[in-house]
Amino acid sequence: MPDITVLLPSVLQPLAGGQSYLTTPADGAVTVESLLDAVTGDYPVLARRIRDETGSLRRYVNIYVNGEEVRRLKGLDTEVAAGQEVLIIQSVAGG
Amino acid sequence: MGFMATAESYVLAIGTKKGLWLARSTDRKEWSLSGPHFLMSEIPSIGIDTRGDNPRIMVGVRSEHWGPTVAHSDDLGATWTEPEQGAIKFPEGTDAALERIWQIYPDSASRPGVVWAGCEPISVWKSTDGGEHFELNRGLWDHPHRSEWGAGYGGAAAHSIVVNPSGENVHVAMSTGGVYRSLDGGASWEARNKGISAYFMPDPNPEFGQCVHKIAADAAVEGRLYAQNHHGVYRTDDNGENWVSIADGLPADFGFVMLTHPRREGTAWVVPIKADSERIPPDGHLAVHRTDDAGQSWKRLDVGLPDHEYNAVLRDAAAVDSAEPAGVYFGTRGGSVYASADEGESFIEVASHLPDVLCVRAAVVSTDVAAELAAAVATSGLPA
Repeated sequence: MPDITVLLPSVLQPLAGGQSYLTTPADGAVTVESLLDAVTGDYPVLARRIRDETGSLRRYVNIYVNGEEVRRLKGLDTEVAAGQEVLIIQSVAGG
Repeated sequence: MGFMATAESYVLAIGTKKGLWLARSTDRKEWSLSGPHFLMSEIPSIGIDTRGDNPRIMVGVRSEHWGPTVAHSDDLGATWTEPEQGAIKFPEGTDAALERIWQIYPDSASRPGVVWAGCEPISVWKSTDGGEHFELNRGLWDHPHRSEWGAGYGGAAAHSIVVNPSGENVHVAMSTGGVYRSLDGGASWEARNKGISAYFMPDPNPEFGQCVHKIAADAAVEGRLYAQNHHGVYRTDDNGENWVSIADGLPADFGFVMLTHPRREGTAWVVPIKADSERIPPDGHLAVHRTDDAGQSWKRLDVGLPDHEYNAVLRDAAAVDSAEPAGVYFGTRGGSVYASADEGESFIEVASHLPDVLCVRAAVVSTDVAAELAAAVATSGLPA
C-alpha cells in the first residue's frame, strides 16, 4: 500500500528528529486531520506548532494537498489519497 | 539576609517582538549582551525565579506562525526546555485556544514552585511545579462578567497578577475589564474598580470594564496597591475597595508601567506617556517618575536618558531588581534598554536598536552560581 508523505518546512524539521518528511500508510479513508494525528503522534511539540489545542489549524500555517490549500477544499476534512504528498508551508507575511 | 554576604551578579532578560536577549553584569554598570534567543518569535512575558538553588528563566514565546508556548532555562539561557504537551493548554470543553502569555509571575519564597500566568484569551493560570505545567483558574474563567470583557489594542489580556504574603488575596488586572480581587487564593473573584475611571464608556464609573494597564503592590503596606490606568494613576489602601488618584505632579496621567520597590514602603515608578491620542513621552522627553510617599509627590528622573524619544514604553517593558539600592530597568518600542543601579536617579543604555521591547525582567544571582552554570555549559560544549 503506498504511503502518504507529509513534507515539513525546514524550521519544523528539528521537532521531528531532523526528518524532512513523515510518512504513514494510506490505511482506509485518510483526511488531513487523521493524517496529522498519525504523523505527529510521536512528536507532540510539532503537533502543537501546526494545530492549537482545539484541533484547529493555526491561522498562518498552510497545508497543501495535491497543490491545493486545504482551506479552499474541506479544511482538515479534506481527503488524501494514497501516494499523494502533503505540504506544510508557513504563510509568507510579516515585517 | 545580608546583601554583601556573597558576590552578586545581575541578569537582565529583554523580551522583544523578534526574540529574547540576555544581559549580564557584575556591577550594573557594564553589561554584556547575548542573543537573540527564539529569533523571530515575540517574547511578551518573562519570569525569573530565584527561589531555588539555580535561577530559572521562564519565557512566554509566541510565533505568528507556530503559536504560543512557555519555555524555561535552568542555565541562564544556555539551553531551553519546552514541556512536550505544552505548559499552558486550555482544557477540553472550554473551546478556547491559548493566544499569548502576557504574564509569568513567580509567587513568594514561602510558596516554592508556585508560578502564576496571565494569558490571552483573558485567563489566569497557576503552576505548582515551577512553571512546567499550569492549571486554568476556573473561578475567573467561569466569571459571569467574562463575556463582557474586551480587548485593548494589544489584545485581551490578564496582564497583572499580584499575590499578598499570605496567599489569600490575589489581585488580577485585565485590559479591558479592570481589577478583580480574590480573597480566597483565587477560588472566587469580584470586580474592584471603585474610583477608577473608564472615561471611554457611556458610564464612566462602571463596576468593571476599565482599561487598567498595570497594577503593583506596595512592598511593605498590606492592602496597598498602585495602578496605572488608561488615563489615571491610582492607589488603594484598602485592598482594592477604593482607588484614589495620585496623578497630581505627573506630566501626564497616561502610561503603561507601574513598578514598586522590592522592600520600601511608598515607593513606585511610572513612565508617563502624553495621552491616549498622542502616545509619546510628553514633548518627546522620556522620563521615569518616582514617588517615595505613596503618590503624594513625584520626582522626575531622566539623567542618562536621551534628549528626545518618541517611542512608548509598554506595560511589562519595565522591571526592578531586588538589590540594594534597587535597580530599575526599562525598554522602549524603539529597541533601547536602560538600566539604573540607583533607583532611577541615573540611567545607562544597556542595548539599542533591538526590536520593540515588550518585556524586561531583572534578577540578582550569586556570582558563584553564574560561574558554575557557565562552566557546566562550557564542559558540555553547548553554546554559551
